[in-house]
Amino acid sequence: MNDLNLLGPQLALLVGAGLIIIVDVLLPLVSREAYRGRQPLLSGLALLAAAGSVGWSLALVLSDERGEAFDGMISVDDFTLFFNFLFAGVAGVIVLGSVDYLARHRFQGEYLALILIAAAGMSLMAAGTDLIMIFVALELQAIALFALVGISKSVSGSEATLKFLLLSAISTAITLYGMAYLFGLSGETSLDGIASYVANTDENRSALVLAAVFLTAGLGFKMAVVPFQMWVPDVYEGAPTPITAFLSVASKAAGFAVVMRIFLAALGEGLITTDWAYLFAAIAAVSMTVGNVLALVQGNIKRMLGYSSIAQAGTILIGLAAVAAEDPQLLLGTSSVVFFLGAYAFTNIGAFIAVIAISHKIGSDQIDDYAGVAKRSPLLAFGLAACLFSLTGFPPTAGFIAKIYVFNAAVQADLVWLALIGVINSVIAAYYYLRVVLNMFARDPETDEAFLPSPYLGAALAAAVIGVFAIGIYPTPLIEASESAARVFS
Amino acid sequence: MLTFAIFFPLVGAVLIAMLPKDQERSAKQIAAVTTVIVLAVVAYLFIDYDRGASGYQFIDSTTWLDSSISDFNLNYTVGLDGLSLPLVLLTAFLGLVSILISWRIELRPKEYFVWLLVLETSLLGVFSSLDLVLFFLFWEIELIPMYFLISIWGSGNRIYSAWKYVLYTFFGSAFMIIGILTLGFTAGTFDIRELAEVGSFDDAIIPAWSIFTLLSIAFLVKMPIVPFHTWLPDAHTDAPTAVSVMLAGVLLKMGGYGILRMSLSIMPEQAADANLIFAIIAAVSIIYGAMMTLVQTDLKRLIAYSSVSHMGYVLLGVSSIGLVGLTGAATQMVTHGLITGMLFALVGMVYDRAHTREIGELGGLAARMPFITAMMLVAGLASLGLPALAGFSAEVTVFLGTFEQHEALTIIGVVGVAFAAGYILWMIQRVFWGQPDPKWAELTDATAWWERGPIIALTVAIVAIGVYPAWIMDLLRDGVAPIAEKLA
Repeated sequence: MNDLNLLGPQLALLVGAGLIIIVDVLLPLVSREAYRGRQPLLSGLALLAAAGSVGWSLALVLSDERGEAFDGMISVDDFTLFFNFLFAGVAGVIVLGSVDYLARHRFQGEYLALILIAAAGMSLMAAGTDLIMIFVALELQAIALFALVGISKSVSGSEATLKFLLLSAISTAITLYGMAYLFGLSGETSLDGIASYVANTDENRSALVLAAVFLTAGLGFKMAVVPFQMWVPDVYEGAPTPITAFLSVASKAAGFAVVMRIFLAALGEGLITTDWAYLFAAIAAVSMTVGNVLALVQGNIKRMLGYSSIAQAGTILIGLAAVAAEDPQLLLGTSSVVFFLGAYAFTNIGAFIAVIAISHKIGSDQIDDYAGVAKRSPLLAFGLAACLFSLTGFPPTAGFIAKIYVFNAAVQADLVWLALIGVINSVIAAYYYLRVVLNMFARDPETDEAFLPSPYLGAALAAAVIGVFAIGIYPTPLIEASESAARVFS
Repeated sequence: MLTFAIFFPLVGAVLIAMLPKDQERSAKQIAAVTTVIVLAVVAYLFIDYDRGASGYQFIDSTTWLDSSISDFNLNYTVGLDGLSLPLVLLTAFLGLVSILISWRIELRPKEYFVWLLVLETSLLGVFSSLDLVLFFLFWEIELIPMYFLISIWGSGNRIYSAWKYVLYTFFGSAFMIIGILTLGFTAGTFDIRELAEVGSFDDAIIPAWSIFTLLSIAFLVKMPIVPFHTWLPDAHTDAPTAVSVMLAGVLLKMGGYGILRMSLSIMPEQAADANLIFAIIAAVSIIYGAMMTLVQTDLKRLIAYSSVSHMGYVLLGVSSIGLVGLTGAATQMVTHGLITGMLFALVGMVYDRAHTREIGELGGLAARMPFITAMMLVAGLASLGLPALAGFSAEVTVFLGTFEQHEALTIIGVVGVAFAAGYILWMIQRVFWGQPDPKWAELTDATAWWERGPIIALTVAIVAIGVYPAWIMDLLRDGVAPIAEKLA
């Protein structure tokens, strides 16, 4: 029973998904009328499942229950709990943000259930402490996401799905190859077992490095860092916007969670100091630069946010490089990555929700068409501007603290050059983020017709923006949560 | 008290933001009341300040971010000393002036006053912060209101100018944050008071001179110093009048203040080594700025370039690395803030009436606007350094302090004053004297209280410092004395 209790947050999501599918199937048999008006019921169920998951995690935190479950397949610790909150919370906000989209859509039950399943998979990715478990979780969320990306069955959506599916399959194969190396060398699939092998051997070092490289390449696809980012712009543009938000926040965070789990728990001792610090540092520098430079020339705001998310992933990787470069006892790097992911979740989700609301009303994703939005809908423009300022790293927002925290970790790890590349990239990023703000505030709209977001989008945006400012003004709670998550690997 | 003064403009801004749309007109009243209260509080602090005591006063401190796994602890710590107090007073004073001279703003008045008040909070915060990260936070916040103020309410090529301003400053501050983080990591604290006691940063992870450079670039861009000055003429020319006043009056001082407070007092060894470089770029700025001023045909651009030249004196004073020169530099910041603020306010009034700033088109305005002309003359004479007006005492002190250290470069600096006499008097002659042009016959003088009040107040301040500089100079001297001691 205790195993099930520890797995509760994920189970809540999966049970919710199952219920939604059953209701969706049975409802037409009861009444056609009720089936047509099923959206509030299904969305409510999905929200309830997300809230249940968050509540269960909260209960685990409050009752101080931690431990391993299912014979060491998963571990429920502060790190897992942090990501439980993040994924369930993001799933809830995405459900809210999908209300408008779903109203025009046939596959409501499938859509909502898939979001919950994907969130459960991500959450299990963070919790997994065995390669088999991690791989199953990875697939669980990947397959749910394939269906979600193509759910609208449009031409661009189908193209995006195909691209996503093929590249994801390749990356999974590469990840599996890396895992196979680890298993072949150590004879273990549990991360602990691999860790003790790595700590106690001096042999086969180059094979271990090879495994680390394969894992980085495979999981780099999830984190969407250069050079594994090719799928990002097309998929972000082609997928329904709420799903794009989900991909850019939750899927990316899951990638980072798994990388941290595997590299810090299993490969921490032997390789930590040298071999992969520079690998991560190089990927970070290239991701930031390539992502930002390409974002500069985008006219479509979803593509722009896509490239910007590549650059942001590069910034987050600075923290991972800092973990590797510094004394393993210093957990600043890990903590900074976790904190950045939390801050970034609020910020980027807020930006996407605002984009959904604005683009829906003005009927365009083009940045030029955002001219004068501040006049037509001051609150939406303010919300988007706040999130974009946070992405740029201006105070008093979450992004400011997150960037300073990550750069601080880099400086303490003697990676001043990487921090310098990071800050120069912030200046490039300021240009394309603030260009949107400028369009909204300083230009005149074509019509003066005012508009408001739907209450659901409004609520989701308000939650995100309040989070962005709350973290920016009083970051201590999130810092403490990140630090205790990081301590799991000490 | 100090915390109240810093954040009270923000309270006013929130109030204004919540005004219903049909009461947009009350925005200016709320803004005015807010800034009057802030000025009153700051004036009280100025009087209450214990001039005999050393160190910082009115300190408010609380933990803001507490990390348990590293030295990354951020504190909210504010306080004032002899150097920052006059600058805070200047900010509060010009904050009120900028609200009053915007009295007739028509375009989106609500947002306009919100941003002006946010700007005031950030500037007060910059001068009061005793924690490097807090200082950086306020330094960055300042960009947001400026970006909106220039790009929405500006004129001419406003969007380009707003971009240029933001990107230049942001570029500088990108380097600054790395410098700050390196300093904080080396010393284990971000507290400016503790950092100033460290003295040597030779065991930092990067060479000390490179930390010094990272920090100083941001300040030199902000001052601005040739060749990083090109954002300034554009931003000034296209900004609305009140923003030009704040920009010239206060924002440029952030650069000078940063150099004194961070570069010089935290890293005195490196600053002493850099003094010749500082003196050379100061001299270049003074002369280049003055020559550029001579050829300007746009009134605002002319004053903007004269700012480049005048801020050069601040750096020249800094390069003396002695008590007298530093006092002169600090005084020059205050006096330049008042004088140039007044010049911009007057030019704004001329522009409001004539709708042009082209010197060639204007002429003989004295007959139409005697008040503006007289005041322009006062500000102009103060700007060129006439004795008994504020500019004189500051510039003379700078030259006295610097001459021993850099004879030739100081003489070059003095030549800049001769240029100043030329461009100021020539400008006044062309614009205000000469044959009255019939097309300006309709123009009226500044008569409204919200126009005359601020100008007269500025004049009083300029004369007060000119006739009896000690009331502000003694304070500034005590403020820079600990810095000068470290440099010696």
